[in-house]
Amino acid sequence: MSKQALTTSRLLGKFSKAVSNLQAGIGIAFAIGVGLVPVVSSVSAQEMGYAEKEELKFGFIKLTDMAPLAVAYEKGFFEDEGLYVTLEAQANWKVLLDRVIDGQLDGAHMLAGQPLGATIGYGTEAHIVTAFSMDLNGNAITVSNDVWQQMKPNIPHENGKPVHPIKADALKPVVNSFKEAGKAFKMGMVFPVSTHNYELRYWLAAGGIHPGYYAPHKGDNSGQIDADALLSVTPPPQMPSTMEAGTIHGYCVGEPWNQQAVFKGIGVPVVTDYEIWKNNPEKVFGVSKGWADKHPLTHIRVVKAMIRAAMWLDENNNANRAEAVKILAKSQYVGADEEVIANSMTGTFEYEKGDKRDVPDFNVFFRHNATYPYYSDAIWYLTQMRRWGQISEQKSDSWFKDMAKKVYRPDIYAVAAKALISEGKALATDFPEFATESGFKPRQTDFIDNIPYDGSQPNAYLDKFDIGLKGDSKI
Amino acid sequence: MLKQDVIPMRFSQIKRINSRAVSSYLGQAVWPILGLVIFIGLWNVLAKNVDTSLGQFPGPVAVWEQANVLIEEHQAQSAKAEMFYERQEKRNAQRVLNDPGYEPKIRAFTGAPTFFEQIWTSLYTVTVGFLVASILAVPIGIFCGLSKAAYGAINPLIQLFKPVSPLAWLPLVTMVVSAAYVSDDPMFSKSFITSAVTVSLCCLWPTLINTAVGVSSIDKDLLNVSKVLRLNAMQHVFKIVMPSSIPAIFTGLRLSLGIGWMVLIAAEMLAQNPGLGKFVWDEFQNGSSESLARIMVAVLTIGIIGFVLDRLMLQLQKQVSWDKSATLR
Repeated sequence: MSKQALTTSRLLGKFSKAVSNLQAGIGIAFAIGVGLVPVVSSVSAQEMGYAEKEELKFGFIKLTDMAPLAVAYEKGFFEDEGLYVTLEAQANWKVLLDRVIDGQLDGAHMLAGQPLGATIGYGTEAHIVTAFSMDLNGNAITVSNDVWQQMKPNIPHENGKPVHPIKADALKPVVNSFKEAGKAFKMGMVFPVSTHNYELRYWLAAGGIHPGYYAPHKGDNSGQIDADALLSVTPPPQMPSTMEAGTIHGYCVGEPWNQQAVFKGIGVPVVTDYEIWKNNPEKVFGVSKGWADKHPLTHIRVVKAMIRAAMWLDENNNANRAEAVKILAKSQYVGADEEVIANSMTGTFEYEKGDKRDVPDFNVFFRHNATYPYYSDAIWYLTQMRRWGQISEQKSDSWFKDMAKKVYRPDIYAVAAKALISEGKALATDFPEFATESGFKPRQTDFIDNIPYDGSQPNAYLDKFDIGLKGDSKI
Repeated sequence: MLKQDVIPMRFSQIKRINSRAVSSYLGQAVWPILGLVIFIGLWNVLAKNVDTSLGQFPGPVAVWEQANVLIEEHQAQSAKAEMFYERQEKRNAQRVLNDPGYEPKIRAFTGAPTFFEQIWTSLYTVTVGFLVASILAVPIGIFCGLSKAAYGAINPLIQLFKPVSPLAWLPLVTMVVSAAYVSDDPMFSKSFITSAVTVSLCCLWPTLINTAVGVSSIDKDLLNVSKVLRLNAMQHVFKIVMPSSIPAIFTGLRLSLGIGWMVLIAAEMLAQNPGLGKFVWDEFQNGSSESLARIMVAVLTIGIIGFVLDRLMLQLQKQVSWDKSATLR
């Protein structure tokens, strides 16, 4: 290394140190961090400065979509960035979020709704940000064998097999018969602000089954007001056993817990979230705002490593998925049997036992700009929080945008991506056009009820639903 | 002639004694072995008839296989750790080259703890928790045994807190530890402190009560000896009270350690703190076809360790007890 370069890097190191001191001091932080961004991205990665914090601990929940973390660790992508990461499975989403907030974890695999929910103050209040979306799709709704037997006659068949996507219309008579018998129809989802909760609600409501409202301003966080189907929280790995015990009649969860039901012969997955909303954003990598402000370079390096992991997972048409399955099957990661994980990770999905179908995009980690944190995705989750009463009052369209911009940080993502491009580890064509990208996806139409979504008009979108809060309606 | 006669007789005597000793030794060993064989046989038969959604309940063979797998995993992980350190040294050297102001630092391996590391964590935690509790409980117990007033004051508290499951304390302990134990470079992890404090909380009571009872029921004659010799308070405690209440103290300590070990496993499961309890919970969550067998390995390990800990305490008691003739069991 030449002397000149050496002094440059030293100076830069000092500069970034000074900046981070300043940030910590004034606390307005990333406003300056963004100012730093062009400087950082114009120099090569080596001169970007080393991570402020090298020993990191990230939490995850045992689900296949934690794969980018496991891959970044096992393939050495974290170490390439000079990061020494420990990955630790967490008991449930609440524990995970609380530990990120109180600093026991530096960051974590989170439900897309978690940073948003925490930031707007639904549940534990804390400012969480995300600069990396971990995957698209990957969830499904499973019902118990008993419910499936009652549902099946209502589903149109072709060549002896049910026609997919199966709508909740087929479930409605079953729910009605439960009601007539005076029994509650119960389903599990993983967290009040989870993707699964909104997807399950979306699917049920699209079939005319009311999933119930939340009323946090009255202290009612059960989400069961006016409900036809009672939804409650169950940690993902316990879904199959809870359904087996008869406590719930179905659930919405990520993999491998739907395929596990097929293997155990205790239930049948009826619909994947790919069919409910094609290419929906699923998990994100969340860190607390305070952490992100204190460690801007570390954050960028973490995102770099995870982008590389996501690329690896989708490379050459999913060629690495078999190896990824082997990694995930280790007991410290997902730990389920290899064949169960492989069932959904390798582009297929098994519905009823033996009814294995091709769903090549069931788990998407990189293509379709899966890792880019779109504001419009954040706004969709916020609309659903409003729809089901978690946001109890009417909010303006600009409020939705402000919140999305507060939590989703495509600016950090862009710096990481550009660094990878300049290092030759990625191509510019792999990413959105950063100069022109607005962060809003064009109008999306692939929903199970064919209602189109435009992220720039959240209130107009809410008005289109028959079931759900809209306008100034209040519980 | 006579001598020749005597010697064989002696030999035969020795033989007889030997064979008697051997047969009595065998007699002692036969029953435990028989019990074990019957247990394994029954286990094998019953396991085949229990079907769970994770497959058959693991029999002895499956458990043995998984025990070996766990050993292999440990070795594989150790090899990975070695490579991790090699890579780290290279990276550190590279960085020092580019950034001379950097002080290289070797970080501990970041991989997941293996089964054996989890055993070590649990053992370490229980030892610390137990020692802390004993250091507190024995003196308080002695004090209570000596002074009626102190006993009267502390007894209601003991009665109130003794029946509380330490697991009920766990959330409180967790919150207090995370609030009170704040440091940038902590010597111990919070999870370790939480587990150890929880263990301590339940190890206190049996030791305390047994010590108090043991001390208050010392032979009158011994107390009189102390008075006659005009021993001062410290001498009285160390020469008379402690030695004569050793059996009672140890009964309390052994009870405490047993309970502490049981509670630790449960606390680790509940709080997700590292250790054997966490291993069991993680395996349960994994729900793979081998999970049950791996849990069974852990169950047996927990049992064996509990047994060994108790035997160790017994040995210790034998060492410190003045009455070597007393039978201990």
